[in-house]
Amino acid sequence: MQASVINIEKIRKDFPILERKVHKDKPLVYLDNAATTQKPVQVIEAISNYYLNYNSNIHRAVHELAEEATAAYELTRDKVAKFINAPRREEIVFVRGTTEAINLVAYTWGRQNVGKDDIIVTTEYEHHSNIVPWQLLAKEKGARIEYVGVDDGGQLMLEQLDRYLETGRVKLVTFSQMSNVLGTISDSEEIVRRCKARGVRVLVDGAQSVPHMKVDLQRLGCDFFAFSAHKMLGPTGVGVLWARRDLLEGMVPFNGGGDMIREVHKYETTWNDLPYKFEAGTPNIADVIGFGAAIDYLEAIGMDRVREHEVEITRYALEKLSEIKGMKIYGPMDAGKRGGVISFNLGDIHPHDLATIIDEDGVAIRSGHHCAQVLMERLDVSATSRASFYIYNTKDEVDVLVRALNRARELFRI
Amino acid sequence: MSSADIYREIILDYYRNPRNYGKIPNPDVAQRDSNPLCGDELEMHLNIKDNKIADVKFTGKGCAISQASASMLTELIMGKDFEEVKKLSKEDILENLGLHDLGPARIKCALLSLKVLKSGLYSYLTEKMKDTASADKMKEEASGLY
Ligand SMILES: Cc1ncc(COP(=O)(O)O)c(C=O)c1O
Repeated sequence: MQASVINIEKIRKDFPILERKVHKDKPLVYLDNAATTQKPVQVIEAISNYYLNYNSNIHRAVHELAEEATAAYELTRDKVAKFINAPRREEIVFVRGTTEAINLVAYTWGRQNVGKDDIIVTTEYEHHSNIVPWQLLAKEKGARIEYVGVDDGGQLMLEQLDRYLETGRVKLVTFSQMSNVLGTISDSEEIVRRCKARGVRVLVDGAQSVPHMKVDLQRLGCDFFAFSAHKMLGPTGVGVLWARRDLLEGMVPFNGGGDMIREVHKYETTWNDLPYKFEAGTPNIADVIGFGAAIDYLEAIGMDRVREHEVEITRYALEKLSEIKGMKIYGPMDAGKRGGVISFNLGDIHPHDLATIIDEDGVAIRSGHHCAQVLMERLDVSATSRASFYIYNTKDEVDVLVRALNRARELFRI
Repeated sequence: MSSADIYREIILDYYRNPRNYGKIPNPDVAQRDSNPLCGDELEMHLNIKDNKIADVKFTGKGCAISQASASMLTELIMGKDFEEVKKLSKEDILENLGLHDLGPARIKCALLSLKVLKSGLYSYLTEKMKDTASADKMKEEASGLY
């Protein structure tokens, strides 16, 4: 194993799944991290420790188990706030994931603030979860959706954003900080600056950025921010919506029920304080606690080093993949300015066929439209293959990928 | 089944040079479907005369398995008796393709064309033949494919 900015050998020991073999005897080469990452034992143990030792509902009971569980659950909120440098812990709302966070904003703030002929601006490289909720809202309100286009280098064409902003009808601009297909890192501070200059609200989808680079919400200056635990070593079923306190205060609740109320009477209810107003019902206690362990794990490595490792492996992969005959890579080619997500097509091999073939060599990649069909149309392809890296991936694994792709190329006689 | 066995010369040939590719103007049956998981698309056009498949064409986008399967299916049914075509089964298709033991994800690719065919026959039986009993059977078969 080559030297790296992080101690990969030590890290890999924390991920027992990486030891397993697939297709009988092939070591697993897991390169589908943009879909979901593997979980270290520390996270798995935090979850089982809760169930084994202090399983209890939170916030209401006064017994010792409930107090321990409440403390552990709320501790994750503090960890999240610190991890993304959010100004206040009560602005962190736990949800099921990025998808639910965006829907929450669309169904509450969106319904209250977007009206007929208003414009919601998104981009051509959004995940379906940052398109469909806005389409639903636009249909309901008679509003319009506009797209900031993507140029041939995989970058957003910000002059189009300016044109939309000039109409004076834009209510919200929403975009992902890192594309889950092209790996493009958006110029997010600049986008937020342009929106703020016109008093327009901004939602940032951090599903791909938060796991892979240092994110500082106070520098970013957006209004809403969403991300998922399962893409950053944490469990599925937990995500975060961050929103500025004044916005959360003005928003109607998303779900009604227990925990989100202050007083319930027959015909009137008053809401609980933030963030509980948006956390109705028994939350995903175990997994929120597990998420806390994931953040600890990443903090111990340091997000700067996580990023440095990924730049290094992405640079290596871009170089090696480019050498394969018939290879077409989508997105920016400068590893220093993009994330560790590489989408490509090899000759006329359909991505599903390609993924089937290299799966036999133990290599797990994603194939398809990656929940980004608007982008697929823009690229004029029906699908791509996608390899995506994380802290435990090595250059040796990139070599296995390259060998597997060459085998596929030979099978298809390219 | 290993990929060397799946991607044989014949499958690649039908993928790259699909037979009966295209559209029929004013067809008796036009049926389209897609696989929401992978985005494979398929549209099949049929003309039916004297209880025989007088003409059949398809267009589509997708993996080698789905496209080769569609093309080979059109060859299989061209000129065949309508009654025989109605009886085509999943096993017939896989046999025709020479594919077996495909995993659960990839078998959908192989069977998309049969699903489109059966759905098309359902519409034909309902609208043109007013044969609701056979139509219902066809619909059930189509939805049972995956
Ligand atoms: C950029 C981006 N946004 C949103 C999502 C949706 O995340 P989740 O499925 O966790 O809600 C994803 C994950 O696939 C993503 O990559």
